[in-house]
Amino acid sequence: MTLDNTKQPIAARGDTADLAPVLTLRGITKTFPGVRALGGVDLALYSGQVTALVGENGAGKSTLVKVLTGIYRPDAGDIVIDDTPTQFQTATDASDAGVTAIHQETVLFDDLTVAENIFLGHAPRTRWGLIDWGTMRTQATEILTRIGANLDPDATLRELGIANKHLVAIARALSVQARVVVMDEPTAALSRAEIEELYELVDRLKSEGKAILFISHKFDEIFRIADRYTVFRDGEMVGAGMIADITENKLVEMMVGRPVGQVFPTRSTNIGDEILRVVGYSHPTEFADINFGLRRGEILGFYGLVGAGRSEFMQALFGVTKPSKGAIKIDGKIAIIRSPNEAIEQGIVYVPEDRGKQGAIIDLPIFQNVTLPSLGRISGNGFLKMAEEFSLARKYTERLDLRAAALDQNVGNLSGGNQQKVVIAKWLATLPKVIILDEPTKGIDVGSKAAVHEFMAELANEGLSVIMVSSEIPEILGMSDRVIVMREGRIVDECDRKGLTPEKLVRAAAGYEESA
Amino acid sequence: MLKRLKSRETILLGAIIALIALVETRFSGFAAPGNLASIFNDTSILMILALGQMTVILTKCIDLSVASNLALTGMVVATINAAMPGMPVTVLILIAIALGMLMGAFNGVLVWLLDLPSIVVTLGTMTIYRGVIFLISDGAWINAHEMSDGFKALPRHVILGLPVLGWIAILVITLFVPLIMRTPMGRAFYAVGGNPHAAVYTGINVGRTRFNSFVLSGGLAGLCGYLWVSRYAVAYTDVAGGFELDVVAACVIGGISIAGGIGSVGGAVLGALFLGVIKNALPVAGISPFWQLAISGAAIIIAVAFNAQSERTKGRVILKSAEATS
Ligand SMILES: Nc1ncnc2c1ncn2[C@@H]1O[C@H](COP(=O)(O)OP(=O)(O)OP(=O)(O)O)[C@@H](O)[C@H]1O
Ligand SMILES: [Mg+2]
Repeated sequence: MTLDNTKQPIAARGDTADLAPVLTLRGITKTFPGVRALGGVDLALYSGQVTALVGENGAGKSTLVKVLTGIYRPDAGDIVIDDTPTQFQTATDASDAGVTAIHQETVLFDDLTVAENIFLGHAPRTRWGLIDWGTMRTQATEILTRIGANLDPDATLRELGIANKHLVAIARALSVQARVVVMDEPTAALSRAEIEELYELVDRLKSEGKAILFISHKFDEIFRIADRYTVFRDGEMVGAGMIADITENKLVEMMVGRPVGQVFPTRSTNIGDEILRVVGYSHPTEFADINFGLRRGEILGFYGLVGAGRSEFMQALFGVTKPSKGAIKIDGKIAIIRSPNEAIEQGIVYVPEDRGKQGAIIDLPIFQNVTLPSLGRISGNGFLKMAEEFSLARKYTERLDLRAAALDQNVGNLSGGNQQKVVIAKWLATLPKVIILDEPTKGIDVGSKAAVHEFMAELANEGLSVIMVSSEIPEILGMSDRVIVMREGRIVDECDRKGLTPEKLVRAAAGYEESA
Repeated sequence: MLKRLKSRETILLGAIIALIALVETRFSGFAAPGNLASIFNDTSILMILALGQMTVILTKCIDLSVASNLALTGMVVATINAAMPGMPVTVLILIAIALGMLMGAFNGVLVWLLDLPSIVVTLGTMTIYRGVIFLISDGAWINAHEMSDGFKALPRHVILGLPVLGWIAILVITLFVPLIMRTPMGRAFYAVGGNPHAAVYTGINVGRTRFNSFVLSGGLAGLCGYLWVSRYAVAYTDVAGGFELDVVAACVIGGISIAGGIGSVGGAVLGALFLGVIKNALPVAGISPFWQLAISGAAIIIAVAFNAQSERTKGRVILKSAEATS
């Protein structure tokens, strides 16, 4: 059964000799008030090949994606498909021309079902022009199976976690018959197993002859799946070529404009007394019997697969949801946390994983976002002191290497990675005792990642206790003093940094038997 | 946000000035200081209510009960004044504000604790508050001769060419600027409307913030209740009937986003003034009441279309609609 909006023939199967690009961008320029996001960039996409697009946060990658999908109209430049220059006036034009995309900020509808979200706007119709629910459901299941997502097509989106929502976004992009598939940081929200499945999917799309543009900040995956690369820096194209002809260091250097070491900061070892103890925290459906302690100045890593219940537990610890059982002690005293406000008062803060929805307020300027939870501290007689507000915001955003034109710019106008830095800055500015960072460097470029890690280490050395939920093994190994592994809502392993290997972590997280 | 709003405010200010200038060319005297002061004075109540409404709209809610609240408090203070002419006017004003806040709190509690949509709640209380006026007044009017002189004189007393009514509006505006821009509560209005989920994670109580905005809106409606009945020296059930729509329109024209989280004090004030100038200009130009309504309506639609247009340049909005239609 073909989808009804198949208006373009599928490109010829991966013909290796065929070297003419399917789609070429020439001299694309796009400016926003005060910012030139793209300054005349070129890009070529080839059938059956993956082109990786890399660049720092704010380099213009997502802007290019939006130009490519007809959401933004470029100020200058051409989009050439099959040697014919075209203009995408609307998103529909782009999808009719066979370009589909998984965007960085996925826009889905919480109250619609999985199947409805996948097919919104191009649902299969019956002969009478009505939506063919049966076919829609079967096709949804088909696509979901194809990408290895085990989801009920009738579930409403609200019930799903962020990783699963992302899978729905991927399924949505693939429900359109396309010759060009754009993926803007598709693995940022996924766990290892799901990422592997995505790689397989990319391989399959390649063999079907699709041209793929793949945006990522993770070099291992770029070298794993890409055939070509294009590097952007500050809205300019600074390099392009075959992946086989380049090294990771070279690529990073091109991207950042200087060499960047991949070393993690050194940590002082003076870890203090226990500051937080969690006893028997349980939830009816999401996690059970969580026990652990956290000491002053310690970085405690939480590793696990997506869906292991790490974020759910952290949300309960922060007072967003209620645990059914369990207690916490702060500095040896029983503490009761029923709301985020009470957690903040006790010195515990949480940087959520879903920073778009739970983190930033996009219509407020950067500085107001940063100071939002610290307003009490910077006001006198009930009024905010503007100068102090600005200097507080400046201090933390600078430490995190935020790239913005001005601090009174709206957060909505920042690139995805820079929005995340604002949210992290916001929580660090509250001077907490314990900070819970849920995937702290998701979607952040290499240079800034190092800045975040360095800042984290520095704060820990000064006595801040950090709980770091991360699915990135190098980060867990490089930063944590101790690691707790969760699986299916329970703690399954706890080990010191010493003697920890990636294999051991993965095995514990996936539940394989330890081979002595 | 600041820059964009500023430019919108400038445009609105420009439109108001252009409108005044246009009318002046045809009917000289329209732009005379005295007449401008009287337009400002006429628009005072609308400005005050628009500011209250703005805080509610910022939090992604709406308060349709303001005009009924105004009418009810107006009737109550007029009744008290008629029964006890000796009671000082300041006490009556405090009673009006307190009563208005109480009605606002009632809306707020329903929205907060029962988690009902504000449009439903305030549509209900809009009718209820009107109904209560009928109950306490039995449908009777309280006329000028039943009110004490002090009661009627206060809003009309002229200081430096502007009646006290206008000065009260100026006072409310001046208090509002720091309240909205410089207090944690003001900031919370924006945060709650801009992204309720994130506000929760920030430790802001979304329900309570909305409650605060309703109390604020109610209190200002109460104040306007006194101002209205004393200025027009009459109180009856249908006082300010339908005025809530003017208030919402002023906010919308002023660029306060119905989706919440975007808006400014200057915008609300200028939105109200824009409507005020139109309402004053049309009769001067001898345009029939029917056309007055039609022209006011057209102005609202143009302003809204204009707002939507300027929001469209943001990109994010495009993205949403594009995603929705793709
Ligand atoms: N709607 C907008 N209005 C104003 N400026 C914008 C807008 N969207 C993006 N920008 C600016 O354009 C530049 C490029 O942003 P873009 O989102 O393309 O970066 P990116 O390469 O995708 O970064 P990241 O890795 O963080 O996702 C940034 O400086 C950003 O602040
Ligand atoms: Mg991006």
